Amino acid sequence: MFYREAGQFKTTYGSDEAIFPIVQDRWFVIAAIAFAVLVVPLFAGQYLYTEVLIPVLILSLAAIGLNILTGYCGQLSLGTGGFMAVGAYAAYNLALRVPEVNLILVFLFGGLMSMLVGILFGVPSLRIKGFYLAVATLASQFFLEWAFARIKWFTNYAPSGSVAVGPIELFGIPINSPERKYLFVFILVAVLALTAKNLVRSRVGRMWMAMRDMDIAAEIIGIRPLHAKLSAFAVSSFYVGVAGALWGFFRLGSWEPLAFDVNRSFQILFMVIIGGLSSILGSFLGAAFIVLVPIFLNQLPGWLGVGLSTATISHLEFMIFGAMIVFFLIVEPRGLARLWAIAKEKLRLWPFPY
Amino acid sequence: MLGPILETLIGGLLTGVLYALVALGFVLIFKASGVFNFAQGAMVLFAALSVARLSEKFPLPIAIVLAIGVMIVLAYAIEFLVLRRLVNQEGIVLFMSTLGVAYFLEGFGQTLWGSDIYKIDLGISKNPIFLFESVFPGGILIDPEEVAAAVICAILVTVLAVFFQVTRVGRALRAVADDHQAAQSVGIPLNYIWLVVWATSGIVAIAAGMIWGSKLGVQFSISLVALKALPVLILGGLTSIPGAIVGGLIIGAGEKLAEILLGPLLIRWFDLAGGGIENWFAYVLALLFLLVRPQGLFGERIIERI
Repeated sequence: MFYREAGQFKTTYGSDEAIFPIVQDRWFVIAAIAFAVLVVPLFAGQYLYTEVLIPVLILSLAAIGLNILTGYCGQLSLGTGGFMAVGAYAAYNLALRVPEVNLILVFLFGGLMSMLVGILFGVPSLRIKGFYLAVATLASQFFLEWAFARIKWFTNYAPSGSVAVGPIELFGIPINSPERKYLFVFILVAVLALTAKNLVRSRVGRMWMAMRDMDIAAEIIGIRPLHAKLSAFAVSSFYVGVAGALWGFFRLGSWEPLAFDVNRSFQILFMVIIGGLSSILGSFLGAAFIVLVPIFLNQLPGWLGVGLSTATISHLEFMIFGAMIVFFLIVEPRGLARLWAIAKEKLRLWPFPY
Repeated sequence: MLGPILETLIGGLLTGVLYALVALGFVLIFKASGVFNFAQGAMVLFAALSVARLSEKFPLPIAIVLAIGVMIVLAYAIEFLVLRRLVNQEGIVLFMSTLGVAYFLEGFGQTLWGSDIYKIDLGISKNPIFLFESVFPGGILIDPEEVAAAVICAILVTVLAVFFQVTRVGRALRAVADDHQAAQSVGIPLNYIWLVVWATSGIVAIAAGMIWGSKLGVQFSISLVALKALPVLILGGLTSIPGAIVGGLIIGAGEKLAEILLGPLLIRWFDLAGGGIENWFAYVLALLFLLVRPQGLFGERIIERI
């Protein structure tokens, strides 16, 4: 009744091609952004910021990056953690060696470095396909993990092998409280997500999707595979790199290469699959799901008043997490974004049956 | 110089057989159902835990038989609860579901059997054997466990090859591997075939789990062995049993040789904090091979049609 496009006439090409062609959608997005920027800081505490909001936002960004590569261009990658590490270490080294550089440039530099490495490791995708490629991308994961653990220059010759970022500031304003970190991350992620949304609706995005659906057919109608695949690798690793830099600076503060190991790659892949392949919204939903479920599982025994040893809890967590993933794939293999779309379809007719 | 290199080469080849043993389980399942089974590592851990804990109560042969029973039940559960419900889904969805199964099995195995480090005693002496002492100074050191692994692997591959070529079920398996629909249309029950395949790879996992378990001790890190088997798998070709063996030998020998020959050079050139290139060298080696042959050494040729 409330969610329907009756009476909304599109009289220009511009309005037909808008991101959110339906007025209610536009208002919903504006309301959500306003809520996140204005209302959340009123009630959120430190725990909510550092354990829930900031991780969800940053990992959503990484999930968007992987979704561009896997969901839109169809190249399954298991090297996300490695590219996050490139972003984090590049940003760290720039901030360390040229301290006067603006914070935003530091993150962009992290993204750009990750992009270069991504292009390099994307080259084999022109020849290797499917699961062969997926395993081959693990090469980048393990190589990069090794490189940051062993090459001393990257960690500034720290004897422990871990690095720590100093105080962070933007235009003279120190970003030290969780609230400021959250706002900074939110704005950056929102801008990048909007860019990604527009990118996948553009010529480039259609090129990727053609490549995903059938690469030979795409090649025959004039899409250059080199161009399409490497651009997907480049954009994807840029997003993942920025997410890695944000993760290092705002979530961890100090880290070692282990923070970006292969489990991180799987975690991001889970987000993309659970959220929904080829959906920007799905990346956010998937990230929220994967971050919140372990927190919830951790709290559950306490709420139920069951005393369990920590080892048992962590094993049960593994079991429930695994079972939930299988369950989700069986119930809705196209992810949370698909459920969202179904809900919207239903809402258009509600409360009438037809 | 030749002595140590030869020793590393032999050691590497024998370790390669151990990788091949894990890769074999992957190949069986991929060949027959097109599922890229990431849970193989977790299955190896689960199998090793089963054997280790059962052998505390029963003598080893009985424990192995019981463990085989456990793996068959597990195969049935996976087929019934997961795969049957995901028929006709895309490869990536099936792959993700096996990741879920892997998580579940890692938690379930440790809840059921406990999470301490357990021992499997195969009764093989741990003392190294020295060969060719007259030819090289100090001789060549060989680990008897690895020799045993190579023998077990050879037996397994022979049995599997006979099973695939001669028996009725084996023929049905090959038919399913070729074409699901065609196999189904001549009356081969798909569900039953998948159960057989998963059970077989469960039994291969027991062999791998016992060898790795007696080498490293039965603990969580055994499931990471799967990550070592992946480059072996793509190097040999996802669909080829001989490929898994040859791939294992190449990767095993390659990474051990690289560690002693390439490692020190890299450390000198780039001022590294230690070598440890084993972790990625196998993958890079497999990647280079794939650039020449994208379907792996023995994989089926990928024919693309529009």
